[in-house]
Amino acid sequence: MTWLSDRALGHLKSMADLPDFSATRYDIEEEIGRGGMGIVFRGRDRELAREVAVKVTTWPGADVDRLRDEARVLAALEHPGIVAVHDAGRLPDGRAYYVMAIVRGERFDERAARVTLADRLRLFDRVCDTVAFAHARGILHLDLKPANIMVGPYGDVRVLDWGLARLGSDPGRPITHMAGTEGYMAPEQARGIVDERSDVYALGAILRGLVAAESALPSRDRGSGVPATGRPLRPLHSIVMRAMAEDPTNRYADVASLAADVRRFVDGHAVDAYREPALERIARVGRTYRTAIALVFAYLAMRIVLIFWGR
Amino acid sequence: MTAGHPDAFPLTRHSVVRAIASADPEARAQAYDAIIRSYWRPVYAYIRMRWRRDPADAQDLTQEFFTRAFEKEYLARYDASKARFRTFVRTCLEAFLSKDYDAAHRRKRGGGARIESLDFARADADLAAHLRSDAGDPESWFRREWTRALFADAVARLHAECDAAGRPQAFEAFVRYDIDGPDAPVRPTYAALARDLGMSVTDVTNQLAWARRTFRAGVLDAIRAFCATDEEFRAEARDLLGATPEDAR
Repeated sequence: MTWLSDRALGHLKSMADLPDFSATRYDIEEEIGRGGMGIVFRGRDRELAREVAVKVTTWPGADVDRLRDEARVLAALEHPGIVAVHDAGRLPDGRAYYVMAIVRGERFDERAARVTLADRLRLFDRVCDTVAFAHARGILHLDLKPANIMVGPYGDVRVLDWGLARLGSDPGRPITHMAGTEGYMAPEQARGIVDERSDVYALGAILRGLVAAESALPSRDRGSGVPATGRPLRPLHSIVMRAMAEDPTNRYADVASLAADVRRFVDGHAVDAYREPALERIARVGRTYRTAIALVFAYLAMRIVLIFWGR
Repeated sequence: MTAGHPDAFPLTRHSVVRAIASADPEARAQAYDAIIRSYWRPVYAYIRMRWRRDPADAQDLTQEFFTRAFEKEYLARYDASKARFRTFVRTCLEAFLSKDYDAAHRRKRGGGARIESLDFARADADLAAHLRSDAGDPESWFRREWTRALFADAVARLHAECDAAGRPQAFEAFVRYDIDGPDAPVRPTYAALARDLGMSVTDVTNQLAWARRTFRAGVLDAIRAFCATDEEFRAEARDLLGATPEDAR
């Protein structure tokens, strides 16, 4: 009898767990992700000869409705930050699946660890833009966290895993299937009450991670040549605190307001969440308009020289 | 008993668990063969690890356990409502080792039926590294070795099916990519397999897809054979092959 090594056994186990797609136009190649509701495989669409990602429920009969709802949510959201759904269906063994474009890149936090604070905040802004788009169509994500955000090679952002997403048109309506991720889940979400501000809370938690990473760096290792650097991080901390306020009424009313405040920070302007002391304001204005101020001083110096020269 | 002979694999298999309680002696004997084939390694590993027996002693006890299980038919007492069959076998083994060890010890030099096809030398070589590192608990060993035996059984069945279907290249591609590949310094690409096997890359893809489907069916069939009920089959398959929905939540 063939002897199977531990590695071969592990590989065969994962392969034996592959769903049977022989009745479809897709070939399943390997597992590329696994979550609470389903497994994501890299696959190939034989008809169109292209790579795809296929999400399948973990076991026949389980989570079929949730996976179908997720596919419908994705299909309703046509946005560069949200992966496109191509197809959906059921396998003969009862498992549900849907097919989507394959997402290339790396996790949001992995990319964030390699770029400057300003670049991190720009990526964050794209995440906010995507979530705000979903909110505008009445859909809440409810499981935003770095592991559910991918960044492509050109800084393009994809928000993934809309498995908990739900229509937010009925704020305050209790949700029956309680889930989320500790550390990112708003307190009221744990009680089954959600609205747009629940996603604001999660975005605040993501932003907190970005700021914490910057705070931990020695100042010489922080990015340079970008507007946000060199500026105290207190305004960003205040933005995080407002986004993650215990009481939803004390948070930003929506994701767009949060994103606007972060953009103000990046652009060197005062942010809504932070009452700025006078000296700090002078320093900030000095940094923000240093080129203009330098030009004015240069002009004045030149005039003074000309005045004395003319005498 | 002919356990372990590759030619012994039928292409279809009925429930081993039901057959061990059959009135037909031939069906019972075949069921015991299937049980020995799938369980001798986990039983041997369990005796070596948990009971810390030396190889000679553990080999005798493994032989004695299956011989007595067949003679006294105590595996036929399995009740699916109380435990999984895998758990039942381990419980029987525990009982055998604690109560019957002395008797088995007395009998070991005196003979009794011997199962000749059990490759203890190979099993000892595999166990040696784990015994030295003391990695894993005996329970995990029992489960892992059972899984290994079950998958090796499915590979043998795939081999038989490939021969029967006139697709030897499918088995060759499967062995090179899915069995030897994970341990190779560099896993062969589909293009390299196509070159070596004289096929197109598309053919390699199709042959592998067929072999994997057949293998998967063989694994599920093997699991099903050792389960008495559909619930047990589903639980066992979930346990062996992947995260259960309940676990994942």
